[in-house]
Amino acid sequence: MSYRFSMDCPLPKLDFDVITLGHGSGGILTHRLLDKLIFEALRNPILEQEHDGAFFQLPGELAFTTDSFVVHPVFFPGGNIGELAVNGTVNDLAMCGAIPRYLSLGLILEEGLPVAELWEILQAIKHACAEAHVQVVTGDTKVVDKGKGDKIFINTTGVGTVHPKARIHSSHIRSGDQILVSGPIAAHGMAILSVREGLSFESPILSDTQSVNHLVVRLLDAFGDKIRFLRDPTRGGVATVLNEISQKSGAGIRLQERDLPVGEAVEGACELLGLDPLYVANEGIFIAVVAPDIADTALAMMQGDPKGQGAARIGEVVDTHPGQVVIKSLIGGSRVVHMLPGEQLPRIC
Amino acid sequence: MKYLSEFRDPELVNGYLEALHRMVTRPWTIMEICGGQTHGLVKHGILDLLPKEINMVHGPGCPVCVTPLGLIDEAIHLAADKGAILCSFGDMLRVPGTQQSLLEAKAQGADVRIVYSPLEAVQLARKHPDREVVFFAVGFETTAPANALSVVHAHALGATNYSVLASHVLVPPAMEAILSDPETTIDAFLAAGHVCTIMGMEEYEPIVETFHVPIVVTGFEPVDLLQGITMAVRQLEAGVARLENQYARVVQREGNLRAQDTIQQVFDVSDREWRGIGTIPASGYAVNPAYAAYDARKKFHLAATTAETDNGCMAGSILKGKMKPHQCPYFGKECTPEKPMGAPMVSSEGACAAYYHYARVGME
Repeated sequence: MSYRFSMDCPLPKLDFDVITLGHGSGGILTHRLLDKLIFEALRNPILEQEHDGAFFQLPGELAFTTDSFVVHPVFFPGGNIGELAVNGTVNDLAMCGAIPRYLSLGLILEEGLPVAELWEILQAIKHACAEAHVQVVTGDTKVVDKGKGDKIFINTTGVGTVHPKARIHSSHIRSGDQILVSGPIAAHGMAILSVREGLSFESPILSDTQSVNHLVVRLLDAFGDKIRFLRDPTRGGVATVLNEISQKSGAGIRLQERDLPVGEAVEGACELLGLDPLYVANEGIFIAVVAPDIADTALAMMQGDPKGQGAARIGEVVDTHPGQVVIKSLIGGSRVVHMLPGEQLPRIC
Repeated sequence: MKYLSEFRDPELVNGYLEALHRMVTRPWTIMEICGGQTHGLVKHGILDLLPKEINMVHGPGCPVCVTPLGLIDEAIHLAADKGAILCSFGDMLRVPGTQQSLLEAKAQGADVRIVYSPLEAVQLARKHPDREVVFFAVGFETTAPANALSVVHAHALGATNYSVLASHVLVPPAMEAILSDPETTIDAFLAAGHVCTIMGMEEYEPIVETFHVPIVVTGFEPVDLLQGITMAVRQLEAGVARLENQYARVVQREGNLRAQDTIQQVFDVSDREWRGIGTIPASGYAVNPAYAAYDARKKFHLAATTAETDNGCMAGSILKGKMKPHQCPYFGKECTPEKPMGAPMVSSEGACAAYYHYARVGME
């Protein structure tokens, strides 16, 4: 979703309307930027300690991850870089079987960035944090000269507590395990590409950016170690992630092309541009390798969850071609699916 | 998807496969000309569904693949040494020249830009009147009308800082060259549907007659390809050689006359060097004298260069259908899409890339 200005969160009154180099100086302008915009948007008790770092306590085993976001354009159909930065790190923690708790937020702003756009991005961060039940507890802001950045780059680092029943590891994957995907594939990459190339389709393609941690917790609560492996197919798409899984576990993976969920507009756009949806980036779905005896119930749980509508069973783990992903085409032929070689689209997230 | 799912219908596909299995009595070698057809065959796993008697070999119909090294060097020279903005389709960027690729030249500071249409390059020329903008006009007859139109367009707009480095190649002379090779084993051709959309079918008649070889103008989807193969095998089994049109929903006998006019307005037919094959007479387009001001070759006084380095790449044998990509000793080892030894491993239409991306089960 895009968070256009509403009466709930009007842009605070400021005496500047674009970011200047002074906002990264550490002096008065930096403080004004932090106080009026960032703390205002992301307020919480830990952040408001305003220390050099955040103090907090967490029980048990922890998971820790970081991700940087350089997407171009910053605003795209279905979202902006702000929610992408939160959802990306939240989902990486969820894929570790962890319950995301706290984030850091590093902003690299380009001189000349309109404050109204920064505010819109911060609002998106705020809403994404609220939805995922995480808090931004520490951060940093730097400004680079005009032309040395592209409006805004964001780094988020996240920490979460590992679910007590989670046993997510590629070594747990067994022949016969089923491969589920939590929603239609290839939406994010095609949404970005459609704006970059100025393509318009009958129904606009929206990015799928969303956090999936609550759905993952439900699956782990219900099925524990029967959820063998989780991975979000971001850059490189489903094909690349399945290859990683196959190579790490030594297992073979057999996919059915007819079972791959691809939205109609996305399919049309891929066809037009000659792209294979299997290699296009996603930002709001995950692949779950699950034990065969729970596959049906796990799939039903996903499909009944607002974050898993459109989930599908796309294939299974086999012992016939270890380390390889093979897809059966619509017309019944088979081919090996490789990892994405080289770049398909740069700066997609 | 309308007009697409119909041509990927498993029942129709099976119908053609069954017909082929019933019909074929002896081995036949059929070449599909176009790289798009190669990709369709490999991506959908069709090659493994065909009767074992039918041997599909992959033709030279990948414009990037047949662009000689010397031309890539010239394009790099224009961007790196002459300060031009060199515009190209994305496919061309990773193809190695003698020293480096356009992508490597770009990383070292040459102004190389990816465009999706030659008209974008004309727009760039208008936006940067103080710079020379060169479009690397690579392609078969299919892309020639748009490239010709960009020259007409630039001329009308007075964008005299625009020019094209013309590198067009033509299909029929290449087919004749392949058939004239004494070692050729080709029994029939699937002609490239989109090339015929522009040029029509008539120029294939003399080839059918001279070489007594069936030619079927064919599309790109599974049903198209299998119908095209079936039509070719039916002729072969009956001992006849005719020109037939499988892709009738798109291709008309006379082609697109307006597009042909635009090509003739800007280009003359010329001899062309094909990478891996050599020079074929009257097999390309060069900018004609009337539009010489938009010919990068004349504008920058480029001498005709023939640079071939022997890095062992077997592209010539592959483009002529004498070898399949996976039979090359370098395939998937020294030569991969990340580090290609030759163009067929780079281009989205290259046969080696098709085999690599959509590897056939049991092939590796």
